Amino acid sequence: MVPIKSSEITSEHIYVARRGFIKAMGFTAAGAFLAACAPKSSPDPIDGPTPVAQGGMDELGDPLNSFDAITNYNNYYEFSLDKTAVARASRDFQISPWTVEVGGMVRNPGVYDIDDLRTKFAQQERIYRLRCVEGWSMVIPWMGFPLKELLAQVEPTSDAKYVRFETVYRPEEMPGQGSGFYSWPYVEGLRIDEAMNDLTLLATGLYGRELLPQSGAPIRLVVPWKYGFKSIKSIVRIDLVDEMPVSLWMDAAPNEYGFYANVNPDVPHPRWSQSSERRIGETGRRDTLPFNGYAEEVAYLYEGMDLRVNY
Amino acid sequence: MSKRWGNLLLIGTHIAGWLPLIIMIVAWSTGNLTFNPVQAATIRSGRTAIIFLVLSLAITPINTLFGLRQFIPIRRWLGLYAFLYAAVHVSIFTGVDYGFDLALLREAILEKPYAFVGAATFLILLPLALTSTKGWMRRLKKNWKRLHRLAYLAGPLATIHYAWAQKADIRIPIAVGILILLLLGLRIGPVRAWASQVRYLPRTLRNLFISHNSGRVDLSVR
Repeated sequence: MVPIKSSEITSEHIYVARRGFIKAMGFTAAGAFLAACAPKSSPDPIDGPTPVAQGGMDELGDPLNSFDAITNYNNYYEFSLDKTAVARASRDFQISPWTVEVGGMVRNPGVYDIDDLRTKFAQQERIYRLRCVEGWSMVIPWMGFPLKELLAQVEPTSDAKYVRFETVYRPEEMPGQGSGFYSWPYVEGLRIDEAMNDLTLLATGLYGRELLPQSGAPIRLVVPWKYGFKSIKSIVRIDLVDEMPVSLWMDAAPNEYGFYANVNPDVPHPRWSQSSERRIGETGRRDTLPFNGYAEEVAYLYEGMDLRVNY
Repeated sequence: MSKRWGNLLLIGTHIAGWLPLIIMIVAWSTGNLTFNPVQAATIRSGRTAIIFLVLSLAITPINTLFGLRQFIPIRRWLGLYAFLYAAVHVSIFTGVDYGFDLALLREAILEKPYAFVGAATFLILLPLALTSTKGWMRRLKKNWKRLHRLAYLAGPLATIHYAWAQKADIRIPIAVGILILLLLGLRIGPVRAWASQVRYLPRTLRNLFISHNSGRVDLSVR
């Protein structure tokens, strides 16, 4: 092998400067690209403000999961079945402009711009546990506002018994929606009293920042006492209806995923136990709590119901 | 196929056998095995075990179809690597994930079909791995072959376990299951007899594996 002459080796200050230049070129190009197709600034994973949460733990004293863990390990089947691939696959997802149409059995139907929703309803931080039906969990500092505030605006009629939510349908941007196995777009639903519960949140951010695409930007539901799949992402439609909506998961496997999907250690998934879970960041397992630890706030909603039947 | 190619095949098998484990250990120890490394390692080792199980079941049909007996020496190793990854899979599940918590494990294994079938698959693979040596082959004589036919049961059971562990979409496990059934079907007497005739058709494909120097097939099996 011919030894490389020391004069041929790029000195450190030059290659650092060169890297800086290349990086700057990249950012300029990316900036131009974003400016071209996104009139309103979208949160940038690189340049965004430092993720900061006001609280440091949930009410049970468990620490928050990191911003990195929350935004790089999650399910979003519209983008990828691989929890670690969602962030990358959703990078170019267009979240602006965005409107949410609220209608059905309401007195004041309306189309809400995402920016109006952010200003009209005071954004607050809510630190919630998220328990995935797969058996893992996180503690997440969401930003958002209670769904009941939006419902109060649109005034459901007395016929409205359920709330039906729908995710955007954009197969060209969401490769998973090309899969014929599921009936897209994603649909979820809540009983109206569940929707009116103070815990039920419409989230627009987490860790003090606007949501990134992988987390369900720009607006998603968070129902902390139910399995994660109930917390539908990237919502474009909310309808008040009189019949129980059929969710995407109910449609895919009705005997395994029910309408209620309350976190319940005593009601196993037909194929696996739900009695324990792994908190992301921990190695062992911890007991799963009834209603994910929110029994005091929500157990009354299900009094007299057989939760084995209404899973 | 010359002896050199046979050795290369064997070396390749061993590299392919250890590489997934090494990659996984490096990824885990450097914090690059997702934010849920326990689950990732469980899924990965299980999937790798199934891949080796399928490959080990494919060797005999490959011989039947193409007359490629040269692959037979690696069959045992493919089976042993399937067992290795099944053992890693089971160790992570019981030791790391459930911390040897017997009450939780009992619930997970006895009450839930997918873990039960998984445990059954492992209990089938265990004696096969233990008796894989030439010494055991001699000691068990005819019974060795009978015992090792349990691999035909392990394949479908592993696939059922794999399918049951999915959230809803089981297209990949179904594809694996069909492949395994095909491989098992090619072992049934009449099917095998018919398939062994087929080997003379794709001569060109077969020629690819024949040593270019001698032009004849090396049928020696160690």
